[in-house]
Amino acid sequence: MSTTFDPTFDPTMGATSTLRQRVLVLYLATSALDSQVVGWSAYDGTGTTSPTTGDSDEPPYGTGVAALCDGWRLFQAAQLIPPYPGHEYDTSFLKHEFFFEKLVDTARQGD
Amino acid sequence: METSTEASTENRGLLSSVQMAHFVAHGSLRMDAVVPEEMNERAMGVLAAGIPEVPYGTPLEEAYERGSFARDLVELPLVAGALRSLVGPGPTVDHHAVHIRRPRDGQAQPLHADAIIDVRPDAFDVQLMYYPQPVTLEMGGTLSVPGSHLRRTNESDTGRYQNLRGQTRLVCPAGTVVFLHHGIWHGGRRNDSDAARYMFKIRFNPTVRQLRLWDTGDLADPAVAAELGTRFPWYEAAAARLEFHNRIKLWRALTGDSTYDLDHWMTRVANRPQRVVPAHLRSEA
Repeated sequence: MSTTFDPTFDPTMGATSTLRQRVLVLYLATSALDSQVVGWSAYDGTGTTSPTTGDSDEPPYGTGVAALCDGWRLFQAAQLIPPYPGHEYDTSFLKHEFFFEKLVDTARQGD
Repeated sequence: METSTEASTENRGLLSSVQMAHFVAHGSLRMDAVVPEEMNERAMGVLAAGIPEVPYGTPLEEAYERGSFARDLVELPLVAGALRSLVGPGPTVDHHAVHIRRPRDGQAQPLHADAIIDVRPDAFDVQLMYYPQPVTLEMGGTLSVPGSHLRRTNESDTGRYQNLRGQTRLVCPAGTVVFLHHGIWHGGRRNDSDAARYMFKIRFNPTVRQLRLWDTGDLADPAVAAELGTRFPWYEAAAARLEFHNRIKLWRALTGDSTYDLDHWMTRVANRPQRVVPAHLRSEA
């Protein structure tokens, strides 16, 4: 057994796994998954696209549920945290952040 | 008479209350093609050569020599009037920078606010951004997020946000100047064109209390409240109401009117009556 960490080795998929993760982050108008998208980000583990800051004015989906309907899998939703006492009127980061993923088999891309 | 003539000259180019309210709501104020063409042509060479740094906090009067490009820029009547309205007479130059986004530059800046988190409730710095050439969408003009300036975030901690509904991807004619509140979320976009994009930025610090420094003749104009009540498409439903609350606080500070309100947002939550109903009028009497 090797004693060094190999980041390319996947014990569940084998050393030559071609599965890659695409991540979509949607920011919604309320804590409800079916509310309107107000912000979005994307990261592409296949390396075929390079989404970046300010690259689009139109969101990829109208709501969080619309992303589910298109095959995106939700894997994290922002917790609902009450305001800190004395800071009830402060605004800061976007509160309703939802992370989605799609797994893409890069060996089958272009099939 | 001479005094009033001086006063009117001094007031030339000042912002109106409606424009100030726009700045308080948006965190920015844009002036398209306010710099004349001959200055824009001169700027391209000046910016390419670089503008010598000035020490932090240098009075504006001392920062740039008379006749220099930067001095001519800040003395344009509309630019000078806006600056005087926003930060008052005698501001200091925090710093300045020439930003050049090279052709096919592969990196966009993460969304950020400049410097460090800055939550002053009754004072703000202003950043002047000047664009000497026409900026197309492909050239990666500055991305900014209207109404983000009162959010309490630190520098590039907002870098995760790539796009927000209603964001501004600057496309403008040559000679455009944009004034930004220090807290605005912004970033230089990726330049996907074949042309270099130039921008000159100066940050100003006020040296006086920012109290009614603009032309307040239209303070009662209903358009002031309309500006302060602007709702931006990226706001979450609940946070939008807090944004109104926080704008009202800033407007109160800038006008000195501690009673100003918009749709009762602040009055309602500050209402803690102290008058005690006499015992004989209470139900148990």
